[in-house]
Amino acid sequence: MANEEVKLFRTWSSPFGLRIVWALKLKGIEYETVLEDLSNKSHLLLQYNPIHKKIPVLLHNGKPIVESLVILEYIDNTWEQIPILPQDPYERARARFLAKFGDEKLLSSIWSVFVKQGKEQEEAIGSAWENLKILEEELKGKKFFGGDTIGFVDIALGWTVNLIGILEEIIELKIVDEEKFPLLCAWMQDFADVSIIKDNWPPHDKMIAKFLAIREPYLAGSK
Amino acid sequence: MDSSDVKVLGAWPSPFVMRPRIALNIKSVTYEFLQEGLGSKSELLLQSNPVHKKIPVLIHAQKPICESLIIVQYIDEVWSSGPTLLPSDPYDRAVARFWAAYVDDKWFPCLRGIAKAQGKETREEAIEQVKEGLVLLEGAFEKCSKGKGYFGGEKIGYLDIAVGSFLGWIRATEKMNGVKLLDEAKTPGLVGWAERFCANSAVKEVMPETEKLAEFAKILQAKFKAPPPN
Repeated sequence: MANEEVKLFRTWSSPFGLRIVWALKLKGIEYETVLEDLSNKSHLLLQYNPIHKKIPVLLHNGKPIVESLVILEYIDNTWEQIPILPQDPYERARARFLAKFGDEKLLSSIWSVFVKQGKEQEEAIGSAWENLKILEEELKGKKFFGGDTIGFVDIALGWTVNLIGILEEIIELKIVDEEKFPLLCAWMQDFADVSIIKDNWPPHDKMIAKFLAIREPYLAGSK
Repeated sequence: MDSSDVKVLGAWPSPFVMRPRIALNIKSVTYEFLQEGLGSKSELLLQSNPVHKKIPVLIHAQKPICESLIIVQYIDEVWSSGPTLLPSDPYDRAVARFWAAYVDDKWFPCLRGIAKAQGKETREEAIEQVKEGLVLLEGAFEKCSKGKGYFGGEKIGYLDIAVGSFLGWIRATEKMNGVKLLDEAKTPGLVGWAERFCANSAVKEVMPETEKLAEFAKILQAKFKAPPPN
């Protein structure tokens, strides 16, 4: 494979961009990072992702691939060393299902806990717990979702390891507590300890400041 | 492969349910079609898809697979000796996945928005959005088909199934609202493709008739507009 020009357009904080960093590092792929400021999107970003105008965008030999889960599959299809997706079709379907579940149902329930207050927040916590239970079940008998080593689902759910802690700190409420979710807590620790993961977290204080600011309007909106 | 062990849980009007059925037809896999009643969810559905409680669900050798596009990929990977559904080139595959996600996440809510619209203005806005989306899909068709008849090239593929499953509802919406969503002027490629897709043997028997869908839509609308029970 000659001329492997690989560029990743992302932001300093986006968990969706981070997943691509992890996948590329896991496979030992050399790449260049282009950090975007979403309040002032670059010409190139708009050219490569005209429909969604979002990051991450992976550029491989001049061709753009967008949507983080699509990018992960592309990376796995293109660089076959250290496979991220399982080999078995049923396991692959399960992996894709969990990644989608994480991005849609789980993320939105966690976000609700973060932005709501009072009774609404209590209800949101109930929903979040139901969703987290599914991950807890999935981890039975496993260190990582991928088995002994990290795989597609670990990478796809990795956002929980950093982001949930940040949100919990701001709202001063533990969502993922060890009593209810022992396996998930253990997984979060093990995942965070993996070298390619721990070297790449966004700066803690910057994240706190960012999400405090995001929460402001929701607090102002309640009486 | 023992195909007597293949079941699809679904309902005839659902475009999402059509997807695994088309895929199984392309692979010449026989299956049992178990229909859910409107407004009720069977025990089997609740057991097989406890997370979302939605159709379609593919049950293969007693194992459930959920989410229509995930099911189509599963079918492609398990029955690998049949015609392939996803492109073999990784970049083409990524493009197909991108557009399938676009259709589900961005475009379909607009189509549904036409039925849900409360006033004339909202309905017309929704119609415009659907048409704009179809113009984007026309561009995708030109790029992906590479001059051939389908998004998948010479034969029906993953993206044909993802987009084509909505054709019944597109036609029903056109009929119920007296509008043309797919037209020769703005989306000529898609117009030709739609004919080809619906005439395809893998699709014909599972594509609901426009009349039947329009009737079904009226029943649904009555259900939504009725005051909720106290």
